[in-house]
Amino acid sequence: MAGLLFLIPIALGMGLIGLLAFLWAARSGQFDDPEGAANRILVDEDRPLPPSESRDSGE
Amino acid sequence: MTQTENNLVAGCPTGLAPPETTSAPDPSAFVRRVNGQNRLSLTIRGAKCGACISRIESAVKALPRVETARLNLSTGGLEVAWRGGLTAIPIVQAISSLGYGVAPQDQGNGMTDEQREERSLLIALGVAGFATANIMLLSVSVWAGDGEMGTSTRMMLHGLSGLIAFPAILFSGRVFFRSAWNVLKHGHANMDVPISLAVIIAFCVSVSETLRGGEHAYFDASVMLLFFLLIGRFLDARVRRKAHTSARDLAAMAHRSVTRLGENGEARSVRASEIQPGDLILLAPGEQAVVDMQVETGLSEVDESLVTGESVPRTATQGMNLLAGTVNLSQPLTGRAIAAASDSLLSDIARMLDAGEQRRSTYRKIADRAVSLYVPFVHTSALLAFIGWLLAGMSANEALLIGVSTLIITCPCALALAAPVTQVVASGRLFRAGTFLKSGDALERLAQCDYIIFDKTGTLTFGTPRLAGDVSPDMLGNAAQLARASRHPLSRALVEAAGPGPVASDVREFPGLGLEGVIDGVTCRLGSAEWVGADIDVASSSSLWFVEGNGTPVRLQFNDHILDNATQTIRALQQAGYGMEILSGDREETVVDVAGQLGISDWTAKASPRDKVERLEALQAAGHRVLMIGDGLNDAGALALANASVTPGGAMDISRSASDAVYSGGLAALPRLIAVAKQARAVMLQNFAFAAAYNLVAVPVAISGHATPLVAAIAMSASSILVSLNALRLNTMPERL
Repeated sequence: MAGLLFLIPIALGMGLIGLLAFLWAARSGQFDDPEGAANRILVDEDRPLPPSESRDSGE
Repeated sequence: MTQTENNLVAGCPTGLAPPETTSAPDPSAFVRRVNGQNRLSLTIRGAKCGACISRIESAVKALPRVETARLNLSTGGLEVAWRGGLTAIPIVQAISSLGYGVAPQDQGNGMTDEQREERSLLIALGVAGFATANIMLLSVSVWAGDGEMGTSTRMMLHGLSGLIAFPAILFSGRVFFRSAWNVLKHGHANMDVPISLAVIIAFCVSVSETLRGGEHAYFDASVMLLFFLLIGRFLDARVRRKAHTSARDLAAMAHRSVTRLGENGEARSVRASEIQPGDLILLAPGEQAVVDMQVETGLSEVDESLVTGESVPRTATQGMNLLAGTVNLSQPLTGRAIAAASDSLLSDIARMLDAGEQRRSTYRKIADRAVSLYVPFVHTSALLAFIGWLLAGMSANEALLIGVSTLIITCPCALALAAPVTQVVASGRLFRAGTFLKSGDALERLAQCDYIIFDKTGTLTFGTPRLAGDVSPDMLGNAAQLARASRHPLSRALVEAAGPGPVASDVREFPGLGLEGVIDGVTCRLGSAEWVGADIDVASSSSLWFVEGNGTPVRLQFNDHILDNATQTIRALQQAGYGMEILSGDREETVVDVAGQLGISDWTAKASPRDKVERLEALQAAGHRVLMIGDGLNDAGALALANASVTPGGAMDISRSASDAVYSGGLAALPRLIAVAKQARAVMLQNFAFAAAYNLVAVPVAISGHATPLVAAIAMSASSILVSLNALRLNTMPERL
């Protein structure tokens, strides 16, 4: 029975951390644009490498 | 139109939305200055995918001194912030040159009431979910330890559950308590009344049971109830917020700016609402008139297809009146405003929209009807259970516990989820097929329609002229060399037929007449019969004449083609038993032609917006439920009045706002939309039938005193899951009318 005394607070504490993380995410607007968030993963921010002369040094 | 290397396609590359061609308005009047930063909120139309985000944001960020640009794909709002003297014009030009529509927003894209409501529901949902999961953790221990668990351990676990449930109920239950209180004050009842009662009474009884060391506490049931109900509420709010976003787009149309000319001819961009009758206005080529105006100087071609449905452009000369919504095509025009923006045609139509929407709001949703039958049923059965057991000699405490368990187990989880889940699944399926639903109850209304009215231009036909008949490739190539210099629709159609190629040298455009240019040293002309010196008495507005040097003028005939799949669609709908007719503002001969080709026997030509509305009212008075399909400004009033309305993606914003659904990819989307709507309605009715059947079983169980917290938890979650699974079937149903 003594195990309950620390196991229950641990379980509740972990749940609470999850809840706080969710509240923070909702308040900071992370659920305001679900479609955009899904699509932004696909946005490629890298530019093409510069022309080959600048990369020839390795040869 | 400027095109850079990564912007080969105009508009959204997925083709989910057609590219926009109207030129951007000057948004200078809408720039806000905050902390030395210039901020501008814009509404972007046509952005549907990830590539749109990166194209728009990188195009705007590439401008000097722009600090942030962030596009919200869900709402279409773009926030731009920059420092220094850059004006707002290059920003909107950069976006419109990519093929997207832009309109400035008045207030900024700050949170609207709907967004705030949606977010607070989401947070309430999260809190209820947390509480449900953790109380369930404790409750399962109690149920599992049945018979073996000591009273003190059970009391501790119940006490902990109560400690979690109390703040969660206070926080997440506010939505229901507030709404229940509001209707109770006025002596009415809605679904929130039994919900609030069930939650509050269940909590209080559970507290007293816990203190007494009793066996059953309903903390898990009361919080779980809130959790399931909040899911339904949240989905509902999301659907409503989307509908509101489209209404806001309509308001953005009135936020257009106008170039006003001062006494000395200096041009200033002002808000449309500041224009007074008599103000001198400059209408640049490609610009859309926002107020009704009378032309003073200039000679140009104007496209009135969105206002009247007439597919061929008209020549605008001095003294002619242009209605709001007209697009100027070739040369700058100046004119006097003859009405303020609020008195222009656009506002007349906006008023018709209001009237139509008010009438439509009287529509009673299936869900509302179900609730009105349901509320008295729940209360009576719970009360009867309590009184019955009391009379049978049970203690007040035990009788109350049974009454409460009846109230909880009959509470409308399945009922609250039945409609929203179905709507979300159906609109998700339609979205993947390129059709956007704008309001949740649209599906119900669409499914009930039995009569379809089509507008012609842009709905049954392409809305843009196409070259007809055989033309020798050489001559077509030469004519196209001239046509490439013009934005007249007939020239555009000629260029489309000829494909890419060179432009003739020294091309000059003479508004109302035609084009003149030099090809291989020969002066060529393209334009009206009079312009090329052709001797003909029938002036046809849908043909062009082309002449090389002193040769014989050749006639190029254009007509508006019927959409590729229109014939099959119409036949399929006719076979499904729908009555239909064409209601067009276009000339009689074109309407007769289209109606004949499609096999639609009823048609009306030259119908004004008012005529369309009156025809609809007559049909509705005759007992029809009318589905209106149209795209023009002249259809907006009828779209709002119809029992349900659908508009193609290329339609004007005002028409899109007025209708329930926007489709892309041609008319074939229509039978699919109707089929899905009918299925969704069927599934919704099944769900309500299921909720009713569930109660018929649950009530006797509860009244007989067998609804322990375990039974209540299983019954509530099982019914909610069944209803959701039933709605998911919509994804795999075959599309049959």
